[in-house]
Amino acid sequence: MASLFPKRLLGRRSKATQTERVRERRHEGFLRYANFRWAKISGGLCLLIIVSYALVDVTPRHNGGSWYGYTLGTIGAGLILWLTALGYRKRKMTSDYWSLKAWTSAHVYLGLSLIVIGTWHTGFQLGWNVHTLAWALMMLVILSGLYGVVVYSTLPAALSNNRDEMTQMQMLEAIRAFDRQLHSAAQPLTPEDTAPVLAALDEDPFAGGIGARLSGRYPRCATAAALRTLGMSRSSDAEARDKVIGLLSQKEAALARLRQHLKIRALLEIWLYVHVPLTFALIAALSAHIISVFFYW
Amino acid sequence: MSETVKVAIIGSGPAGLSAASRAGQLGMSHVLLEKTDHLSDTIYKYQKGKRVLATPDRLDLRSDCRFAEGAREYILANWDEDAAKNKVNVVKEAEVTEVTGQQGAFEIKTTKGAFKAENIVLAIGTQGNPNRMRCPGNDLPHIIYTVDDPEDFKDKHITVVGSGDAGIENALGVAEEALENTVTILNRSKDFARAKAKNVSDMMEAGENGFMSIRTETQPKLVEPGWLTLETPTGDEKIQCDVIVARLGSVAPRGFVESMGIEFTGPDREAFPKLSPTFESTVPGIFVIGALAGYPLIKHCMNQGYDVVEFINGNKTLTPADEKDLAAIFAGLPQQRSVTEWLDFLRERVRIFADVSPLQMREFMLDSKVAFYRKGEVVFEKDEPGSSLFAIADGSAVVDIGGGVTVPIEQGSIFGEVGLISGRKRGATIRAGEDSIFVEVSRTAALKLMAAVPGAKRVINRISLERQLLQIFKGGLTVEDLQPIVEDPAIERVPAGKVVLAEGDEGDDVYVIRSGSMVVEKDIGGKPIFLRYLPAGSFFGEMAVLSGEKRNATVKAAVASEVIRLKGQQFKEMLAKRPQVRIATEAAVAERAAINNFIESRKASYSSAVDLYSDTAGFIMKEGLGEATDALLIDENLCVGCDNCEKACADSHEGLSRLDREAGKTFAHLHVPTSCRHCEHPHCMADCPPNVIHRGPDGEVFMEPGCIGCGNCMRNCPYGVIRMEAAPPEKPSLLRWLLTGFGPGPGEPSPKWTKKKLGEEKPKKIAVKCDMCKGIAGGPACVRACPTGAAIRVSPEEFLSIARLQEDAG
Repeated sequence: MASLFPKRLLGRRSKATQTERVRERRHEGFLRYANFRWAKISGGLCLLIIVSYALVDVTPRHNGGSWYGYTLGTIGAGLILWLTALGYRKRKMTSDYWSLKAWTSAHVYLGLSLIVIGTWHTGFQLGWNVHTLAWALMMLVILSGLYGVVVYSTLPAALSNNRDEMTQMQMLEAIRAFDRQLHSAAQPLTPEDTAPVLAALDEDPFAGGIGARLSGRYPRCATAAALRTLGMSRSSDAEARDKVIGLLSQKEAALARLRQHLKIRALLEIWLYVHVPLTFALIAALSAHIISVFFYW
Repeated sequence: MSETVKVAIIGSGPAGLSAASRAGQLGMSHVLLEKTDHLSDTIYKYQKGKRVLATPDRLDLRSDCRFAEGAREYILANWDEDAAKNKVNVVKEAEVTEVTGQQGAFEIKTTKGAFKAENIVLAIGTQGNPNRMRCPGNDLPHIIYTVDDPEDFKDKHITVVGSGDAGIENALGVAEEALENTVTILNRSKDFARAKAKNVSDMMEAGENGFMSIRTETQPKLVEPGWLTLETPTGDEKIQCDVIVARLGSVAPRGFVESMGIEFTGPDREAFPKLSPTFESTVPGIFVIGALAGYPLIKHCMNQGYDVVEFINGNKTLTPADEKDLAAIFAGLPQQRSVTEWLDFLRERVRIFADVSPLQMREFMLDSKVAFYRKGEVVFEKDEPGSSLFAIADGSAVVDIGGGVTVPIEQGSIFGEVGLISGRKRGATIRAGEDSIFVEVSRTAALKLMAAVPGAKRVINRISLERQLLQIFKGGLTVEDLQPIVEDPAIERVPAGKVVLAEGDEGDDVYVIRSGSMVVEKDIGGKPIFLRYLPAGSFFGEMAVLSGEKRNATVKAAVASEVIRLKGQQFKEMLAKRPQVRIATEAAVAERAAINNFIESRKASYSSAVDLYSDTAGFIMKEGLGEATDALLIDENLCVGCDNCEKACADSHEGLSRLDREAGKTFAHLHVPTSCRHCEHPHCMADCPPNVIHRGPDGEVFMEPGCIGCGNCMRNCPYGVIRMEAAPPEKPSLLRWLLTGFGPGPGEPSPKWTKKKLGEEKPKKIAVKCDMCKGIAGGPACVRACPTGAAIRVSPEEFLSIARLQEDAG
């Protein structure tokens, strides 16, 4: 596997090459990192396990308690702890050389290899017990991680297109600016026309629970309601009403952009709220699994 | 009218006060004239509680008054005490109106009567006199003339009078939504002709959004505490008003100074009075010190106040306070000489120092280094970043210009000027030719030298031109070949975007890029297609000379640049004389032609890839990256918006992020965030009073400690990447946050947390900018901490390499 690690990586880390190594001339995503280095390593590892599982003759049969099973179990448990450490690595800005992209790449591919390591470790003996609970939690963590990989590789472009060089603060600011203009433009309207506009002004752009955030649908949007009401109303001065309607539709467009922005960001983040807690549940179940195995040795 | 004093000191700022204190200590008859009713008006007008910094740290204070970093009140109280203790004879509210007479018998007319003095020390600073409001009540204390920090005003009714740039900027500052001020800006006329368009449009936008009320054709009529009466086109109106900011311009002191007969170094605004080593102006008996003499820092001012009175008192042996710093600079040299001897030695031997006055020489040496090199020792290597200038005081240097060819540089000459002028990496390796002494002048000092001493500028320009041409034509030329060119160089300034050569034009002149950069474009299928980026030090236009045909591509400036034009005939003669140069040029032409052909051929089959490459290049140039040496680029196909880059930046420094990921322009998912580009000629360096912005060994433009928080760099940066901010207090450790959730997590703490933690304390805001993670072994934190590979740091030529197109086009 030597060719996967170019010599310069194994050599002494001099300062000049340090900076040079961080410098890349082109953007290269974490999945493609170093020409799929970790995909190759992880794939090779899985292949090795599958082949050796078939070749090694364990009596009476393959299970977690054989020497082969212990080996896979140890590798798996070690890997789980190391994969968890990404959360720490990501936040700890030490000054030595490391690339979070390389860590992410390894995290994804080695994490996927746990499907083989973990499952082959069980010897395909699953049941209703704490051991299988650990396995099931692990599979759920991997599944949520897979969702993460999919959204990380598909949604960023949409996020970029939708925001169109605007920052989140600017989106909020744009909505507030329309609100201020609406406030003065709505002064000449009749009370029945003013009421829906005031409701639209009072609307919190962040309101509407998790469902609305993730779907991007806000059926009770006060701005849309005000637009509908004013569109049908005949009570106020037509010119003043048209001005308010114009502002309301501009605000609606600004709201739509912000909501789409929040939706994509939510989709990019939501899985972490599953992935991380499940990881801790997994570590708890794993500990129970290991302790019980040794207890009944 | 009193008897003649030995010295009259005008202005009681740090310089004047220190001078008067020395006179008091010496028992010299003196008078200190101050136009206001308190000492040190400039500092007096600072906001309450403002911290005053005592930079530069390395300089010792030599004064009878105390001065150390502290709050405004503390410093002013100390000075009042010191003035009394030193028996300073101060006359307040004595504004000087006229100075007549000559040394020994000057007569000074003031608003408090006339004074007679043998000598005058001018220490009036550069602030000038702000124009005051003319209506009744104009002397009330709630009228201020500067806004130091808008955040000092919260929930107030503020009226800004005057609608020039200063007024509009102040109004926009205090109208910030979070401060909840009610802001009104008054303009006497209908339009805002005196202000910059950008400021006017920002103000109008703020007006439309209800952040401030803009009153045109309106002026103040009566000022009362809490209220202001306005004269409007529709009659008088009384508005609530807690603070009036009067920005009505000021009268610069230069006119007053020149009326005494004092000459300046030049007509431009940056010029200072001409001074002798003892601070004496061109009028004998009038001495100029402090900011007016070109020294804006308080410590310098105080030291000069002390020195100038010693000089007037006949002290001939006094050495300036920086003597020991200079001695330290010369300490490492093999010979033992005094500082004065060394300075004379350098002035005698080095051509660029020939016209420098002894006072200037001290100044330049403080920003320079002198070192002894053994024969063969490397001074710097090719491709090392660096922008300092070297001068050979003793011995000689050898340039390795490639292909095993070396060229000697004799004593008295200079080297390293290419880095200075073009802002690019070193073009060649330089060694000591024998045991030598070289002076290394920092970029700032070298630029100051070129600005102040025309003789030095001529020498540096000539040598740099000669060397640059030698460098480009790979050693095939000699200095003699270039003689006619450098004798009468045709240096042209090209503003950004201007076409130097147009495709299809006749012409055979060859151009060398002296500073800045160019882009080459070719019209393919009716659309200009980007061919390449030419950094400083490249040449172009050579194809037409060799082929005799029309120009085959358009070359235009990516940023404001300087080019040297060589006549086609001159160039042809050079080629004829030097076959080596002809071969080298033909090789370059062949390579360029191959790339042109490649792009042209791809255009037919892979037009979308070529278009994307070309449009991306256009976008990058439009964003000003043509002058970048290293910029952060984000691929928004990969960026998930986690802001880990910003958090990493804050955590790698003192808790403040130097980049704003989300802000900035985007094209085809390539995003240029608000982050330092480490320009070839950094705009931020242009006007830094304590001179703390430098280019580091890895090409990074960084700030060393000593910032005084003036904000010049922030205003000069066209890319808005410098913030004025105080470092937040230390955060609890990461583990504690991970385990307990208390305190702010990774990244910049919220202003709310910082405020709570600091309480009443208000730390000084200083400039904060990217230093490319200087001194951090792992390299830039923003790139290391990106989980998806969206962030990279590149130079434009690395990013726009032809390899990119080759990959994309397959």
